[in-house]
Amino acid sequence: MPTNILMPALSPTMTEGTLARWLKKEGDKVKSGDVIAEIETDKATMEVEAADEGVLAKIMVAAGTSGVKVNAPIAILLEEGEDASALNKTPAPANASAPVAPLPVAAATAPKPVAVPAAAPAAQSGERIFATPLAKRIAAERGINLASLQGTGPHGRITREDVLAGKSNGHGVQLPATTAQGTALAHPPATGAIADMLTKLGQTFTAIPNNNVKKVTAKRLLESKQTIPHFYLTIDCRIDHLLGMRKRINETGIKVSVNDFVIRAVALALKEIPAANAAWTDEAVLRFNEVDVSVAVATPNGLITPIIKGADKKGLSSISDEMKTLAEKARTGKLKPEEFMGGGFTISNLGMFGIKDFAAIINPPQSCILAVGAGEQRPVVTNGAIEIATIMSCTLSVDHRSVDGSVGAEFLQAFKKRIEDPALMLL
Amino acid sequence: MEKFDLIVIGGGPGGYVTAIRASQLGMKTALVEANHLGGICLNWGCIPTKALLRSAEVYHLMQHAGAYGLAADNIRFDLKKIVDRSRGVASQLSGGVKHLLKKNKVTVYDGYGKLAGKGTVSVEGKTPAQLEAPHIILATGARARVLPGLEPDGKLVWTYKEAMVPTSMPKSLLVVGSGAIGIEFASFYRTMGAEVTVVEVMDRVLPVEDEEISAFARKAFEKQGMKIMTGAKVVKLTKGADSVTVTIDVAGKAQDVTVDRVISAVGITGNVENIGLETAGIKVDRGHVVIDEWCRTSAAGVYAIGDLAGPPWLAHKASHEGVMCVEKIAGVKGLHPLDISKIPGCTYCHPQVASVGMTEAKAKAAGYEVKVGRFPFMGNGKAIALGEPEGMVKTVFDAKTGELLGAHMIGAEVTELIQGYTLTRSMEGTEAELMHTVFPHPTLSEMMHESALDAYGRAVHF
Repeated sequence: MPTNILMPALSPTMTEGTLARWLKKEGDKVKSGDVIAEIETDKATMEVEAADEGVLAKIMVAAGTSGVKVNAPIAILLEEGEDASALNKTPAPANASAPVAPLPVAAATAPKPVAVPAAAPAAQSGERIFATPLAKRIAAERGINLASLQGTGPHGRITREDVLAGKSNGHGVQLPATTAQGTALAHPPATGAIADMLTKLGQTFTAIPNNNVKKVTAKRLLESKQTIPHFYLTIDCRIDHLLGMRKRINETGIKVSVNDFVIRAVALALKEIPAANAAWTDEAVLRFNEVDVSVAVATPNGLITPIIKGADKKGLSSISDEMKTLAEKARTGKLKPEEFMGGGFTISNLGMFGIKDFAAIINPPQSCILAVGAGEQRPVVTNGAIEIATIMSCTLSVDHRSVDGSVGAEFLQAFKKRIEDPALMLL
Repeated sequence: MEKFDLIVIGGGPGGYVTAIRASQLGMKTALVEANHLGGICLNWGCIPTKALLRSAEVYHLMQHAGAYGLAADNIRFDLKKIVDRSRGVASQLSGGVKHLLKKNKVTVYDGYGKLAGKGTVSVEGKTPAQLEAPHIILATGARARVLPGLEPDGKLVWTYKEAMVPTSMPKSLLVVGSGAIGIEFASFYRTMGAEVTVVEVMDRVLPVEDEEISAFARKAFEKQGMKIMTGAKVVKLTKGADSVTVTIDVAGKAQDVTVDRVISAVGITGNVENIGLETAGIKVDRGHVVIDEWCRTSAAGVYAIGDLAGPPWLAHKASHEGVMCVEKIAGVKGLHPLDISKIPGCTYCHPQVASVGMTEAKAKAAGYEVKVGRFPFMGNGKAIALGEPEGMVKTVFDAKTGELLGAHMIGAEVTELIQGYTLTRSMEGTEAELMHTVFPHPTLSEMMHESALDAYGRAVHF
């Protein structure tokens, strides 16, 4: 009996994805647990494992196809010894049980949230948004994106009321990564007005197509910088003690980085100043109950922010170990959605590049991001005398709607206290 | 003690429709009705008057047979047969309601229902019973409002009820009140040959309609020979043996009119008495039960719909309200409270009047910048062919968004046409959809298209 292999849902909100590559060819034998394909979503590449034994009889969706709907058949698996003629008896997709155990979540059968209509980029991928003529007109006049609204009319149709109420709805509550789901990979890269103009001007260039990570990051950064009233606080931290302690720890054979200390100090400072661990919405400031610290990691595919969850409850070495694992997964595109979606506060560290100080863009819906510069020897004045100290400048970018200047400053003090006297981090 | 999921008190267009919907939603439903299924609407209101007006319309056409190239002599009518037909129509439909309720497994109790403690209704009458349910919907309707000094006596001073079953045709008649009910009777009796005077306290007839429509209607009525007195008040009735002298105050000047009969049509008042509102602690304001947007009264588990709960006093409003109320109780998703601006109103006088949404004046008062379209029946082929060149279709659009704020019509069959504009409003259409819609030719509905075009300076046929 031939079985359909279906496009898995890698997260509960995923509606479609890109079939990045096949790792098995038609005719290959597969065992349960074999990785047969890779699926690319907004931010991650996932492996699809076979759940059954058999022969990969037919590949129905070619590698590189974007916009493949969840639960669409992507291949047909035949039982061992079954004739290819059985292909004609291919079961209807509806009653086929997915023989695919998607990594990492058993979400292949997870129902799509019914109430959520096609999200923003769905419109770009050609899906129709149902709205009344009047709603469309008012939205157009006021520059409101219909796709960002949830309809309350018949069959979820967007009505005038929805548009008028839309502005006050907290879009920020929704995880941005989920609003960006379904962004299809554009096929031809170097098109568009700018490319045309450059060509006319005689400039030559190489177009590097934007992958999903790039597109989502770009969209979110723009949204952040345009809609969040940022302000910036800079503080200098003397890290001589920290460096001394790190040296002693590393001599024991356990390797920890300055960044691991920064994560631990941020976590404890957030515990002390919970108001900095928050998200803004029009209705309420959402203060996170857990201390989940996102850490920006540069990858060949773009920027991604894996999360150290419950960082305040984790010791330096477990933070260090976890960070190494997450960074490796990030670089190879293997992060699970729950490993990078969420978080309450972000750290971005460019110290390893010798950057003295910089201001980062807030990672919405979070309220704060800490930009960490390089630790460098500088002359400092202590008790009237000039001495040499290792100083690390840190700049906190803050959403002024949810976090006031004094709260941001208190947070930085709490952070500095621990960075400068790492013994406090034992507490 | 019989147990139900829902009890509805009152079997009018609000109550019986609610009971059927409740049953469809799987509720065990009881309906308590004291008089006649179908309520006033079906038995003593909307339906029998339409039967009378149809007789009047045919009579009118017969009198004008020559205009259509036909000849008819010695045109007469038999009032008893006209009334019998009207009653026959009502009883046929009332029987239909009984059948529908049975088909939908609604248990009907014949008697007066009254709230008798939390979740309890006592029924007195033919089938006395004690009923119990977590939800009780009151739909007892309304009756004619009585003005002091203008108390109906059933002989010389009529309410709608006597006016509907006349035994002889009065030679002259005075109608107090020019709302839908007053004007329909005025129109019927005038067409049947009575001298009709209409007295209206406001400055125009059909005062809830758009001012232009009111003015148009007044002209048409006066052309038919109706006497209209606006800004006028009845101050005294002096009854004779078979006539009444009515003293009317018009702008401070008293004036006497002697007529055979007087019809009082000065609005209605809710049937709030003897249904246990006081003991249940349910708030009543000026003759109507106070409800919230989901028809909930101030007592938990008790709801009120239709005329009992206030204006607009329309059967279709009552039905819609009841359905919404019961769906809310059943937890149906995606419900919206009733929007009065999407409820059409119809008056079946000659010429007919129909409207939905805001009048031009109300739209302006609400701060809208408006675009107004008008189209006369005179410019419509079908209207001319029908021999009905009298009428107009007026539309009011929001200049900013193109929303159809209101539509106001007068003329032949406009009560059948208004639904197109009601649908436009409920689907939130704009002038663009109306312009892009293909209207069949030749129909009166083409005027609806033209009116929208006219609002934007694009009318074709005028």
